[in-house]
Amino acid sequence: MISLAGRDILHAWGKFIFTGVGLGLLIGVTLTMAGVYRGMVDDGRVLLDNSGADLWVVQRDTLGPYAESSSIPDDLWRSIRTMPGVAQAANVTYLTMQVGRGEAEPGGARVDVRAMVVGIAAGGPGTPGWPPQLAAGRQITRGHYEAVADLASGLRLGEVVKIRRNHYTVVGLTRRMVSASGDPMIFIPLKDAQEAQFLKDNDAVLMQRRRSEANPAFNRPGVPGLLDAVIAAQTSNPSVNAVLVRIRPGYGVEEVAEPIRRWQRVTVYGRAQMEEILVGKLIATSAKQIAMFLVILAAVSAAIVAFIIYTLTMDKIREIAVLKLIGTRNRTIAAMILQQALVLGVIGFVVGKIAATFAAPLFPKYVLLVPIDSIIGFCVVLAICVLSSIVSIRLALAVDPAAAIGG
Amino acid sequence: MAGQGIRIEGLSKRYGKGETAVLALKDVNMHVDPGEVVGLIGPSGSGKSTLLKCLGAVIDPTAGRMLLGDELVFDNGWKVRDLRALRRDKIGFVFQAPYLISFLDVTDNVALLPMLAGVPNDAARTRARELLAALDVQHRASAMPAQLSGGEQQRVAIARGLVNRPPVILADEPTAPLDSVRALSVIRILNDMARRFETAVIVVTHDEKIIPTFKRIYHIRDGVTHEEAGEGRSL
Repeated sequence: MISLAGRDILHAWGKFIFTGVGLGLLIGVTLTMAGVYRGMVDDGRVLLDNSGADLWVVQRDTLGPYAESSSIPDDLWRSIRTMPGVAQAANVTYLTMQVGRGEAEPGGARVDVRAMVVGIAAGGPGTPGWPPQLAAGRQITRGHYEAVADLASGLRLGEVVKIRRNHYTVVGLTRRMVSASGDPMIFIPLKDAQEAQFLKDNDAVLMQRRRSEANPAFNRPGVPGLLDAVIAAQTSNPSVNAVLVRIRPGYGVEEVAEPIRRWQRVTVYGRAQMEEILVGKLIATSAKQIAMFLVILAAVSAAIVAFIIYTLTMDKIREIAVLKLIGTRNRTIAAMILQQALVLGVIGFVVGKIAATFAAPLFPKYVLLVPIDSIIGFCVVLAICVLSSIVSIRLALAVDPAAAIGG
Repeated sequence: MAGQGIRIEGLSKRYGKGETAVLALKDVNMHVDPGEVVGLIGPSGSGKSTLLKCLGAVIDPTAGRMLLGDELVFDNGWKVRDLRALRRDKIGFVFQAPYLISFLDVTDNVALLPMLAGVPNDAARTRARELLAALDVQHRASAMPAQLSGGEQQRVAIARGLVNRPPVILADEPTAPLDSVRALSVIRILNDMARRFETAVIVVTHDEKIIPTFKRIYHIRDGVTHEEAGEGRSL
């Protein structure tokens, strides 16, 4: 028996191809949306992986340092370092901001890039918080004004970036070092980062001093040196966002975390908890948003397939009547319609997969296309095609063979 | 194969129930022998289409008997179990418009019926090509229906009607869209095929050009048939 669906598709191949391409672009958008979600999750995991930490010590009762702001003293790491099971402990700061590129043209606007500025403690590669490997250049070796930037920032080796009032020379480049929201990271020395978080411009500093001088609580006639101490405290920043801790082999996460919580009056998260914060809380709203888009796109795809198959079936009503009159089984006719819907789905999926694969690198944020999403997507597309063809099959089976006979 | 052509006795068909019931066919008797071509003529609303649908086993008569070949199809409320297979194997249809399947080429349009009956594709196509040759359209065997002239399409439709060697062919206004030369050509083909394959052919028509060619004609009016001799003009 010949394939009626195959012959019809070959006969009207243009209609099928163009419809399949249209459907495929829609499926491509759907796969890309799923890839955006996967990319966000992966960005979060990569962020945790690259931090090199087993524990994140943050301000008590906060979800810091990525999902909430957290501020802890910058000397806390010393006492944490001495606790049982702690192999390494290092301060770190995170600040998402606009980073200026190069010098502004006279009268022109400065080109800037949104980045997460990471302040890393003095040390070297292997210290928690440091980029684990570089794609080009070298690690930071000076105490000030050097930076290592992620390739996604578009910065190049030797380029000068401006963070607040200070200029930094890019000495190294990393790959896939991004924040949970996909912003590229720029690593600078911790002291510079602390200053950047709280540094004010000259006018603001002067106004702050005036206020302090005018405050009788700080400027007491009988207490010399108090005002200077207050002003010094106001212009320095002895805080960091978190302490990253690497634990010794043989120690369990809770075994090390619990004493730190108890004795340092801080909150300590392990890897699993931090992943839950990033995936379950930080990107949860975005994930729901994407899920809604996926549902809408699936509904639109179903409507398109149903409409096209319905139209194709309506175009063949007379032929279906003839087929039934000359003795074609209902299941042969149903199979013809179902196969056409499935072929449309397969064409659409192939086009969509190709479109998503080529489009993914063009997106500003990381789009991660994973095989399981493609497999699920393919099954969903086939299911949509089967469901969409039901209306047309019912229509075809309801055709009276007598319709082929005039009168 | 041929058996006794087609024979109906006391066939009636009622649409609806109660006061709104319409009796479309009233005690119709008819027979067409193998190899014979008869005309079925009547004005619009006379019951032609209803009779054709009963003969084509598309609708069930309310009463009466019908035999196709040597097989009893309807008998006062009883009917053969698989009407679909009966239509496929025992009845050939030729329509006013050819209604060829637009996405199949000429050969497969004809070969589709034997394929549906389980004949292997190659054998079905061989059978189709033989018929196309008999109907002088073998040179268009690979063409798509849209590439054929009206006359060629109708000959392909006749080949499709004949391909399963049915004992009966029902032709519904087969010459309506054709000019007189082609119309007479189609009737000549139907007569040739009827003789060659021992097939009973019933031609429903309004076409004045072809009515004189029938040796026997059934007139139908208000659901009642009357048989009369035709001119049997030579083709």
